[in-house]
Amino acid sequence: MPSLAGLFFWMNIKLENIKKLDITRPLKLDCGKTIKNFPLAYETYGKLNDNKDNAILVFHALTGDQFVTGNNPITNKEGWWVTAVGPGKAIDTNKYFVICANVIGGCMGSLGPRNINPDTKRPYGLDFPVITIKDMVRAQESLLDHLGIKKLLCATGGSMGGMQLLQFCATFPDKAFSAIPIACSSSHSAQNIALNELARQAIMADPAWDNGQYVLKGIQPKNGLAVARMVGHISYLSEKGMQEKFGRKLQEKADYEFSFNADFQVESYLRHQGYAFVERFDANSVLYITRAMDYFDLSKQFRGGLVEAFKNQKTKFLIISFSSDWLYTTKDNKDIVIALNASGADVSYSEIITDKGHDSFLLNEPQFLKTLKGFIDSMYAKFRNEKRI
Amino acid sequence: MQNLEMKKEFKVIADLLPKNTRVLDVGCGDGSLMNLLKKEKNVEVRGLELNQENVQECIHKGLPVIQGNAETELHQFPDKSFDYVVLSQTLQAFYEPEKVLRNLLRIGKSVVISIPNFGFWKVRTKLLFFGKMPVTKTLPNTWYNTPNLHMCTIKDLFNFCDEKNINIKKVVGVNENKTSMINKSNLEIKNLFSKVGIFLIG
Repeated sequence: MPSLAGLFFWMNIKLENIKKLDITRPLKLDCGKTIKNFPLAYETYGKLNDNKDNAILVFHALTGDQFVTGNNPITNKEGWWVTAVGPGKAIDTNKYFVICANVIGGCMGSLGPRNINPDTKRPYGLDFPVITIKDMVRAQESLLDHLGIKKLLCATGGSMGGMQLLQFCATFPDKAFSAIPIACSSSHSAQNIALNELARQAIMADPAWDNGQYVLKGIQPKNGLAVARMVGHISYLSEKGMQEKFGRKLQEKADYEFSFNADFQVESYLRHQGYAFVERFDANSVLYITRAMDYFDLSKQFRGGLVEAFKNQKTKFLIISFSSDWLYTTKDNKDIVIALNASGADVSYSEIITDKGHDSFLLNEPQFLKTLKGFIDSMYAKFRNEKRI
Repeated sequence: MQNLEMKKEFKVIADLLPKNTRVLDVGCGDGSLMNLLKKEKNVEVRGLELNQENVQECIHKGLPVIQGNAETELHQFPDKSFDYVVLSQTLQAFYEPEKVLRNLLRIGKSVVISIPNFGFWKVRTKLLFFGKMPVTKTLPNTWYNTPNLHMCTIKDLFNFCDEKNINIKKVVGVNENKTSMINKSNLEIKNLFSKVGIFLIG
């Protein structure tokens, strides 16, 4: 493995060559600060048709990026949602034009704590303003203008992507004909916040983090960041799924080693996931993005509560939850359905029965993918029909 | 039960409902009734359905459907949020049919309920002459695997509404392809010759 400094240097060079929109319009953030002239990195798949009615916007999750499918040119790995998006897939890129932008605060080319602060000419680090889900979404709206899309056929996203989507629909009620929030919540629960805090504390407890100044030295607090990722990974699996996948199986050994090496497969798995993450993600970005998730509370924004947030919605919703997801539970998702119902919105809901936990939306879950496809295809027919009339 | 008789029942329900209304179909199955209501009456439909495959089928058809159990999840719909709530042939399958019925009346301005009539003459004679729980086309299950916990007759539901002060607006009896209006004066005879009873109440 090359040194991390070298790796980031190489990543930065590669990041020069990805699609970016320079947003010149100032964006006043929820925290009160304003950002302007900032980059928003994005990727598109498929072709926008002449009527511009086949566009699907995907919002990515905490550790995702704009490279939804195909090959991610930065990591040289498959896109994070290759199971659902691509030619002939549930979200068929032969038919639909798929757009995804890297969130602000992220580290795949959009403005984030690793960027240079124009005031100091040094990387932002902790001088980066604290951002919210709403800030992320408002930054992405400019992209639709840039691409000339007045109304999306559909917008979708899982986990934090689903939260962005709920925010998007509440802030821009006319921008999407249909929406599929997956495995998400309209506000972060105490447990959600606690798990995020665990991840942040792991990063901040690493001496290499150095109050966020590690960027100047071209290093990463990799031990802390790896632990943060391990916390995440535990929360993405279900108890049963984990037991079935790993049980008490040992990692390439016949018996206990009587040491603190990774004896168990589950330990080895977590370590692998943790340290692989360090190579592609920025520690400060984890701090900023998890904070944005924790601050997310749609009903707080709309004083009348969640029902108020969805008032006058014309968007047609499909909410999907997974039975074994304990991070964003079926109940969390149903609360969204109840609010949409109460506001009179057009809403469908399906709970997919699976042992795979929160991660299910990224996996090859046939029932889930079938539902996704059925909804999008039927919405496309409706959307075109409505436009014709 | 499927096929012709189901179609007939749905046709009767569709005829009962005015155009351009908001309708919730509780236990909407694969969405056949919702589709019919949409096409023939330009009704704004919503469905509630327990079975995952049926939910998927509705979604494929572009029909809004919520996966859930009517016994426990009707609370999510606000008071009088629909003009009509339809419950086709499932009242008898609930643990607490009265509670469900109360909820339907809360959600809808009016409620349409259809029931397989346990007072139909074939059902009566099967029990009378063979001494066995009736198995008919409308009631295809045997006693040990039937989902029907609270079988009732048209007369039973009629009397129930009377006792509970639930306003009966219309009752239609269905037998094969024939339909007839039911009222207090012809209740006894219609209770004997209708396979299915359809009540408009509320």
